[in-house]
Amino acid sequence: MIEFRMPSLGADMDAGTLVEWLKKPGDPVRRGDIIAVVETQKGAIEIEVFDDGVLDATLAKPGEKVPVGHVIATIRRIDEAPGRAGGAPLATVEPAKAAPAATTPKEAAPLSRPEIPTLHSAVTPAARRRAAELGIDLTAIKPGSDGVVGLEQVEAVKRPGPERGPAGISFEEMRKAIAAAMAKSHREIPHYYVSSMIDVSPLIAWLEAENARRLVPARLLYAVPLIRALALALAKTPELNGHYIDERFVPAEHVNMGIAIAMRGGGLIAPAICKVETLSMDLLMDKLRDLVARVRGGRLRSSELSEGTVTFSNLGEETADEVLPLIYPPQVAIIGCGKIAERPWVSEGKVIVRRTLTVSVAGDHRVNDGRRAAQFLSRLEQLLRSPATL
Amino acid sequence: MTDAELAELVKSTLIKVAPDLEGEVFAADKVFREQFEVDSMDLLNFFIALHQATGIDIPERDYGKLETLSGCVAYLKAKGYEQ
Amino acid sequence: MTKTRNITYRDAVREALIEALERDPRVFLMGEDVGRYGGAYACSKGLLGKFGEERIRDTPLSELGFVGAGIGAALGGMRPIVEIMTVNFSLLALDQIVNNAATLRHMSGGQLSVPIVIRMATGAGRQLAAQHSHSFECWYAHVPGIRVVAPATVADARGMLSTALLDPDPVIIFEHATLYNDEGEVAAKGDLDVDLDKAATRRPGNDATLITYGGSLKKCLAAAEALAADGISCEVIDLRTLRPLDDAAIMASVRRTHRAVIVDEGWRSGSLAAEISARIMEQALYDLDAPVARVCSAEVPIPYPRHLEIAATPQPETIIGAVRGVLRR
Repeated sequence: MIEFRMPSLGADMDAGTLVEWLKKPGDPVRRGDIIAVVETQKGAIEIEVFDDGVLDATLAKPGEKVPVGHVIATIRRIDEAPGRAGGAPLATVEPAKAAPAATTPKEAAPLSRPEIPTLHSAVTPAARRRAAELGIDLTAIKPGSDGVVGLEQVEAVKRPGPERGPAGISFEEMRKAIAAAMAKSHREIPHYYVSSMIDVSPLIAWLEAENARRLVPARLLYAVPLIRALALALAKTPELNGHYIDERFVPAEHVNMGIAIAMRGGGLIAPAICKVETLSMDLLMDKLRDLVARVRGGRLRSSELSEGTVTFSNLGEETADEVLPLIYPPQVAIIGCGKIAERPWVSEGKVIVRRTLTVSVAGDHRVNDGRRAAQFLSRLEQLLRSPATL
Repeated sequence: MTDAELAELVKSTLIKVAPDLEGEVFAADKVFREQFEVDSMDLLNFFIALHQATGIDIPERDYGKLETLSGCVAYLKAKGYEQ
Repeated sequence: MTKTRNITYRDAVREALIEALERDPRVFLMGEDVGRYGGAYACSKGLLGKFGEERIRDTPLSELGFVGAGIGAALGGMRPIVEIMTVNFSLLALDQIVNNAATLRHMSGGQLSVPIVIRMATGAGRQLAAQHSHSFECWYAHVPGIRVVAPATVADARGMLSTALLDPDPVIIFEHATLYNDEGEVAAKGDLDVDLDKAATRRPGNDATLITYGGSLKKCLAAAEALAADGISCEVIDLRTLRPLDDAAIMASVRRTHRAVIVDEGWRSGSLAAEISARIMEQALYDLDAPVARVCSAEVPIPYPRHLEIAATPQPETIIGAVRGVLRR
């Protein structure tokens, strides 16, 4: 039997509130399936399972606040026998205040035997079907005043979703989370900084030619070849890509690049695009666009928030020349870019005008040092000189 | 289409891309980037939506002409957008 | 944009009769008071003078006799339009309709066909009391071998007759007696024939489906209009054909709205509404958010006093109540 525990979705998270189960006991699950929605300071996050099997029992109820690391469900492998009916109820932290979930059921039956639901109300066929579609437990739905659970009652069960936009995210909470993470970063990580001004005229020229060939929907933002170049450069300096856990560095096999994305109205979040080094530019552009849309729509996945191995903070246009960012623990580096602008440049003894970009690397001095960071930047510069090879 | 109708089209296209701009007042000659918090991703999505709504392809070098509401209206007129 | 003209239901029926008589010399009209009197509901006014006694035939007061004669004429190659003054009197001709018209094709192994069209006025609402206010559409809709239609609009009253006359088998057309004076639109020119196979969505909506026919259509539309003011959007389906029923149209709507209210002026027990309800249960159970509701006449002989007649038959208020019931608001 596999124990599925409340995951940590941020450096400073110690508990999450279960909003709803998206699978019920008896459902088959595969690695990557989204099994539940959890509310954290960063908003409502969909959490994924990492194993194949069948969901055996759920041990937390919608509305419950569960500490990170506690078991919230059990998954049995295909050939295992089912667990005891009604697994041990979870010892919970104090019940969450009015969570944006279904109201807690009148009877505290754990959700392990849905074949015999204890329903005290009539459920319409349409409601039953819709609840099944949405993975909502019927016993947890409050019936209408006449005792009937109809479509209206099922639809009223609050679910985070793109149609609700970022309503589920409290900016207050998000800023608190950022404050906690940044304070921890500043407190615990000995930062050093290395910067380099890079001539990106070849990059821009290449990009303009590339985009001129493409219709509007297929065009690339300059961040895309830049991210690609960063990923390739990181391959040569693996000390910048990974996690510092339990006082040692764990290098990462792939580059899962966190992209710092600003939310309108304040709030910054850095979900990761996984295995960036394997992605073509078109695919990278699609993923970037999708990520930005989902950040703005309040719909991220747990793997995106916890699997970043390095972060890229691009201030973008119309902003400052240089940024010296703070590392997101437990990562060990962060790369920041200022704005691309025409600046004076010296070439062959003469002053000319080139489009340049200042790239800064902040590193965790416990794991890497200025020399490695400088090597990274130098490799980056080399890559950006021939953008066609990216 | 009249200028007013073109302006409506531009506004609604931008709002489709950035729904939280719904209800904002659009100053005709202020650069979008300064008026609202829109970044290069938003603007690219806006150009794409405009392209899809009007069928007009927008070369990158023309992006500068589409920085304001009045700029967009003038651009669409110049490109002969009738619909 | 095709031009339309506004005429009464009665005018539409008359125009349809004239067109049918002009198009096909085999067509003739027969029934009580259709000739000299111009029709009990004035639908054949002036036709005797226009077409003569051979084609506009006044019959004796004997439904069983003249319906039988009509069936005989049809068997003999004519295209009779038999007018039975009201469905109430058709009871006297049931044997001819059910045992001859409906069965001769079957019993003759296809050798015989009865291309008869029977028109009847039907329904309550004019204080004609218990014996003259029946809605027996469901009884006829129960019988295999005949087609049953109920034109509820002026356009359908104008267009259904022609199509019915083309059918080689019996067609019964029910004209609700309260519709004759109502005005409606038909196209100014062109082919006005309509099909007899499909229901029509008279008002689109999302929250509930009102399914009805004949004289109850306008009550459903009035109810839908009143409910719209409260933010409840009703889809109104005019069945048009009662046998066969257009299941596809009914289910398509109910699957979308999840709630069905059937409005049928017959009595609830053994009604057409009961049949439709059973079909909805069979074909769309899992789409229902509430039991199917039926608004029918009270199970009493239809009263004579106006206020009791109104209370005994479906009305916009009771339809509204039923819609709110299935919405649980």
